[in-house]
Amino acid sequence: MPDAPDAVPDAVLDATGIAKRFGAVQALKNASLQVGRGQVVALMGANGAGKSTFVKILTGVLKPDAGHVKIKGRVSTVASPAGAREWGLVPVYQEPSLIPDLSVADNLRLGDTAMEPFRHWVAELGLPDLDPEAMIRSLPLASLRIVDLARALAIEPDVLLLDELTAALPTDLVERVLKVVRAEADTGRSVIYVSHRFTEIAAICDRATVLRDGLTVGDVKIEPGIEEHIVEMMMGGAVAAAVAGDRPAKPALTDMPRLRVKGLKTGTRLSDVSFDLHKGEVLGVVALEGQGQDELFDTLAGNRKASAGTVEVDGAAKTFHHPADAIAAGLTLVPGDRAHALLMSRSVRENIVVPLLARFRNWGAIPMREEAVKVAQAIETLQIDTRAQGEVRRLSGGNQQKVTIARWIAKGVQTLLLFDPTRGIDIRTKRQIYALVRTLADQGAAVLFYTSELAEIRLACDRAVVIFNGRVVDVIDAKDADEATLMRAAYGLTEKVPA
Amino acid sequence: MRRFIEANSWTLGLAVLLAALLLATKLIQPGFGASGLDSLARAALPFALATVGMAIVVLAGGIDLSIAAMMAVASVTGAVLMQGTTDAQSIPVVIGVLLVGLAMGAINGLLIVVSRVPDIVVTLAMLFVWQGVALLILNAPGGAAAPWLRSIAAGGFPGIDWLPKGVVFLGVVTALIWLPIRRSKLGLRLYAIGSDPLAAFRSGVPVGQTRIIAYALCGLFAALGGLSVTMGTGIGEPIPGPYLLASVAAVVLGGVVLGGGRGGLIGPILAVFILRTVRMDLTLLSVDPNVAAIIEGSIMVAVVMFGAVLATRGRKA
Repeated sequence: MPDAPDAVPDAVLDATGIAKRFGAVQALKNASLQVGRGQVVALMGANGAGKSTFVKILTGVLKPDAGHVKIKGRVSTVASPAGAREWGLVPVYQEPSLIPDLSVADNLRLGDTAMEPFRHWVAELGLPDLDPEAMIRSLPLASLRIVDLARALAIEPDVLLLDELTAALPTDLVERVLKVVRAEADTGRSVIYVSHRFTEIAAICDRATVLRDGLTVGDVKIEPGIEEHIVEMMMGGAVAAAVAGDRPAKPALTDMPRLRVKGLKTGTRLSDVSFDLHKGEVLGVVALEGQGQDELFDTLAGNRKASAGTVEVDGAAKTFHHPADAIAAGLTLVPGDRAHALLMSRSVRENIVVPLLARFRNWGAIPMREEAVKVAQAIETLQIDTRAQGEVRRLSGGNQQKVTIARWIAKGVQTLLLFDPTRGIDIRTKRQIYALVRTLADQGAAVLFYTSELAEIRLACDRAVVIFNGRVVDVIDAKDADEATLMRAAYGLTEKVPA
Repeated sequence: MRRFIEANSWTLGLAVLLAALLLATKLIQPGFGASGLDSLARAALPFALATVGMAIVVLAGGIDLSIAAMMAVASVTGAVLMQGTTDAQSIPVVIGVLLVGLAMGAINGLLIVVSRVPDIVVTLAMLFVWQGVALLILNAPGGAAAPWLRSIAAGGFPGIDWLPKGVVFLGVVTALIWLPIRRSKLGLRLYAIGSDPLAAFRSGVPVGQTRIIAYALCGLFAALGGLSVTMGTGIGEPIPGPYLLASVAAVVLGGVVLGGGRGGLIGPILAVFILRTVRMDLTLLSVDPNVAAIIEGSIMVAVVMFGAVLATRGRKA
């Protein structure tokens, strides 16, 4: 390693030689992590590298088979999240750990967290108007992440562990959160920052610790140009050339669009959206949180009814009363929340086959052989890790996401509506998903691709429509779609009437 | 104020429904008065106590199928031990029966937490166990109840004739046990594990311990329910009454979400009285008991459906 960082003097948190086995799977072999006072350390790793297991061990959810975690020099005997907190380590998990049926204030009481510092942090993080009596159930996901983080900060931990904190946050809140986290580190707090986003890591982290196959394979200082090196470490040297840059020639746009949306209005957020989506095209959708993109996808998938405007599929006007209508018209939605799409306790095979059944049923009994062939094909195309295929909920997030796409590929998709398909998954899987989306488009599918990560537009799309305040404010070609341009457009700064 | 009404709209609706039903009773039977209310309260008391116990467990995300069997154990234990005792001697018996209830519930909870077998399976098994225990203690209805105990929930409240002592007893006992819990962190924890056990665990809630407490409280209320059976009849009843399904029905009608986390105790108690009043009215109208059962079931489905429709409307508005 050319870039071993300066040794960490008096590490606040020191995890060494951590190993953990689940049945036949050795999830962690020898993982280590050192965090010094006032440092922000990124914890990175591809799918199945053991990152989630490592986080669970650090926070006391799991006990390691070997190794130890030292916090402030004492060997931690953490046995539960409550115990971790007593030792000075407070996690903010990927999924909010707030009780849905209690108010914000009751959630604080439940964990003995003081109200005053919490209010201070919530305001600092950009939600000054949050009502402490509001039920958690009634708050949007982004607010929950802020409440979770503010609660953790109010406890004033020595070590703050942030697991994919920004995955569900709109861009403006991400900036505030990053600023606050960095400022807290500068006052001497230590932060473990689990993330896939290089821009964020570059912005606030001092070092990055990289896991691969249950081993800590690198510990590097964050400096300009380190990204490719980290990617190399995560992938074990064999880096597939970045998909970026060389977009294939833009597909010839047929005269008749596969999907034509005109003046679509749904609910209070989506007020007037029009665009054409052609066969063989991947059309990106860019928007800040809550600009009407949820309503757009819900309407196209038949989950909600439009109050104005038209949707044409292959030139014929359509009205969807039910998701089955949309599916019949060839429109299939892969929702942002994997839990909504999958049968979590059933096998990979069954999950892929469920949408197929509608078709197979025509011949009576389920033809096992055809089913098996299609499933094998889908698993192969997507490189789904099938070690835990008996139950989908035991797969990692990235593999689950691949299953949600796999099921529609096996069916043979015409128009795919992808809603933030790469949220919270690692870069290798992301690239596989981009490649898959391109392949589908090359085979003639039309793909609508909403993403909360602006960099993905260039990697996966041909064009992007930018939605702001419920209206299309810009249409940008992938070759011009650098993050700054998209960001300006998404904030409604460059509004122009699309051609 | 608006918030209060919004948060408690279901309970307020049930209160209005109960008032309307009592009014209807008065119209059907003009003679319906203090004594009618008293017999209604006495009939409803064991159901109400069972429902409170069930509601606590359901709020905490569980269910207890052994509740009626635990009531039988409490009823016969009390009746056997009270036979031939003086008033003073019977007080420790009552306390003992309540402790037995707590212990039975705690055993249910402990088995669920330790074995990790689903609650519905464990408590179904325990239903048979407690049933057997009750019959071992007393194999036919018998025993006795201390006179002071018999009078505790019978007749009108001194000074306010129309208010049955049974209702006062129910209110006082429930408030004494539940209010301190509801106001404390234990109350938050019970709701928390019912609402989202994983989030509760991550928030530092001792999930297993809280679950055991929920079942123990259910056992305590089952013991009170069993004692109230003995209070009503004067003897111990080893065969479990129809309290299991009735209590689940009242819990659901009372606005507690099966699965946990949402609801309170007042709604289910009102629901018990609604269901008992409906039954009484149907009897007064001399409806065939079999038809009456069909009507009761239909009313339950209709009310819960109506509530769901109102809730979706409210959300859309």
